[in-house]
Amino acid sequence: MRPVRFNLNPKEAEIADAISMGKAPDGVPGDGFFATQLSSVVGLARKNSLWPLPFATSCCGIEFMATMASHYDLSRFGSERVGFSPRQCDLLMVMGTIAKKMAPVLRQVYLQMAEPRWVIAVGACASSGGIFDTYSVLQGIDQVIPVDVYVPGCPPRPEAIIDGFMKIQDLVGQESIRRRNSEKYRDLLNSYGIQ
Amino acid sequence: MALTNTYIQEKLVEKFNDQVFQFSTDSGILSFESAAENNLKVLQFLYEESSLGFTFLTDLCGVNYPDNKGAELVVVYHLHNFIENIRIRFSIAVPIAKPDVFTATKLFESANWMERETYDFFGINFIGHPNLKRILNVDEMDYFPLRKEFPLEDQTRIDKDDEMFGRG
Amino acid sequence: MEQHSHITLPKGSIEKTTTTLNIGPTHPATHGVFQNIMEVDGERVVSTEQTVGYIHRAFEKLAERRPLYQITPITDRLNYCSSPINNMGWHITCERFLKIDLPKRVDYLRVIIMELSRISDHLICNSIVGVDTGAYTGFLYVMQYRELIYEIYEEVCGSRLTTNIGRIGGFERNFTNTAFTKLEKFLNEYPGVLREFEKLFTRNRIFMERTQGTGGISAARAMNYGFTGPNLRAAGVDYDVRVQQPYSSYQDFDFKVPVGTTGDNYDRFLVRNAEMWESISIIKQAYQKIQEFKGADAEIYHADVPEYYLPKKEDVYTKMEALIWHFKIIMGEIDLPKGQIYSAVEGGNGELGFYLISDGGRTPFRLHFRRPCFIYYQAFEELIKGGMLSDAVVTLSSLNLIAGELDA
Repeated sequence: MRPVRFNLNPKEAEIADAISMGKAPDGVPGDGFFATQLSSVVGLARKNSLWPLPFATSCCGIEFMATMASHYDLSRFGSERVGFSPRQCDLLMVMGTIAKKMAPVLRQVYLQMAEPRWVIAVGACASSGGIFDTYSVLQGIDQVIPVDVYVPGCPPRPEAIIDGFMKIQDLVGQESIRRRNSEKYRDLLNSYGIQ
Repeated sequence: MALTNTYIQEKLVEKFNDQVFQFSTDSGILSFESAAENNLKVLQFLYEESSLGFTFLTDLCGVNYPDNKGAELVVVYHLHNFIENIRIRFSIAVPIAKPDVFTATKLFESANWMERETYDFFGINFIGHPNLKRILNVDEMDYFPLRKEFPLEDQTRIDKDDEMFGRG
Repeated sequence: MEQHSHITLPKGSIEKTTTTLNIGPTHPATHGVFQNIMEVDGERVVSTEQTVGYIHRAFEKLAERRPLYQITPITDRLNYCSSPINNMGWHITCERFLKIDLPKRVDYLRVIIMELSRISDHLICNSIVGVDTGAYTGFLYVMQYRELIYEIYEEVCGSRLTTNIGRIGGFERNFTNTAFTKLEKFLNEYPGVLREFEKLFTRNRIFMERTQGTGGISAARAMNYGFTGPNLRAAGVDYDVRVQQPYSSYQDFDFKVPVGTTGDNYDRFLVRNAEMWESISIIKQAYQKIQEFKGADAEIYHADVPEYYLPKKEDVYTKMEALIWHFKIIMGEIDLPKGQIYSAVEGGNGELGFYLISDGGRTPFRLHFRRPCFIYYQAFEELIKGGMLSDAVVTLSSLNLIAGELDA
């Protein structure tokens, strides 16, 4: 039997230390108002509440489980809510080998996501096919969908996944709210055959 | 009563005479061959003969020997007797032009997917199989990738420069 | 259909009383990429068709191109929840094939690592069964202790998940004292955690109701379907490769083979939990035996096989012979003997077999992996037929299906 432990002298929680505040964007502060660009506010909100969709197929998925679980805790970065429905999520995390049989499924999942959407390719297989230069493996998911951040490693350590996630946060935070309507973005999607 | 390789061999020869051949023992496992059309008879005998009792199909796989003309494709069965704790290996060979083998699914449910896998990899046609279609690869695939004549890499890929990989 | 008589169907239409439900290949209820196209009548499963191959990576073809030691990283990626067992299973196959005898200390070190990975494998499976029955806490709780196992791997080989641990002939380097300290820490802390985990589930009314009597299979059917490992033992057959064909000196250890009776999800859960206790006991015994080695014996961590075991790094830089051997091994310039071998180890979810055929070349002529979960996944339809849809999800996770191993 493990003894039940009580904290006899509980410390008063210091809320000021426990809550970390996002850095305010550049702007004009004043008495009761704060003027800044809309895109910075939207970026700030988006980046701290990303909903990841784990598209885990193999080994990297197990490392993602570790990233998500108590020890590494991805929710510290505002992604408490790991969703499994592509329609609700805005970050597609592709972890593991994508075989050619799986590629249409991956593309379908990407198409089902609503804009704005970001993609992170975790691990060597998702980034480039990895050690599997074989007839059945897709040589990198960027052949079927556009990718924002690549995380190297086979599999990457949880720290690396978190680092990739923070890179995505930077991208999201700085993105102009008009980017998704731009000509360039449309060209990018067209190059993948996505209308 | 301990079951020995010699006893198994005697029993098999007694039943099938010269229909079973190529007996050999390596790393303790007795292996032998038979003609392709006898595979079910042999498997059933090994399964039902009470003193043998090979009721567990451990493994079933194909092998391609491109240089053995007329016997290019081989199906290897690994059987296991749990009670006596003894394994045997049984193989049959078929020509690549007519790779017909009787299915073992009536005897072992586990043979179902293993035969589908062997079909997928080598194109061995298991006669009587309930659902013989590709299992691991896409249905549209038009070749049998584990045959020796086919290369490992995807030949249609354009993204990897052969020179960078020492294949130029 | 009497109750729908007010609906008039157009002429020629087919009246169907069941619903087709597609689960997968990417679905939160399937831990791994499997597709199940189910016919359900209300909540009862009428039939299902499984589609696999969504991460087929052509391991067997890949292995035909690689010298023996380069195949080890492929085996990592079979059952990635317990990759050290796969690595060592492959090394043991090579050693049996090349007739290499190992010192006892190497065997015991291997046993420690293999049993640790068995624990981490069963831990994931059982906690995922918990997640699927609605108890997330257990998963989050034990995940923290799986990290302790990963820290030990990291100390031994530098990697966490796809370990590529060891070499043909032994280990790459000796275990450091830190590794043993971490092992001690694990052995001290983990039993309490496992006990608590068991308390959370074993006699939990909800858990028992969810798992008892679902996904059951008889011993005879399980054998016919080629079940091995904990799933077969849960059905009541005490087959364990560690006992039947001992490898890596398993005969020196005293442990029990837990068996169930009904082969249902509850039994599978209990068998895995019991095996974790046995694993802890084996690790303790092995650690004890290792401490009994004294002097030069306590430094042995590999067999003396210069043809296959890389020479010391210092020697490679300073001695020509060592450099030549290093080069020959790295470039795979050593011809294998002719022959074939089937060798099996008790993997995390069953008998993991390697069937190696060599024609005397530098690479295997053919290497076939007997992947346990590929073989027993075919029984899924029989396991869930007539049961509830929600039970099918629990059955799927309690079978411990690992997509990487299944598709190879």
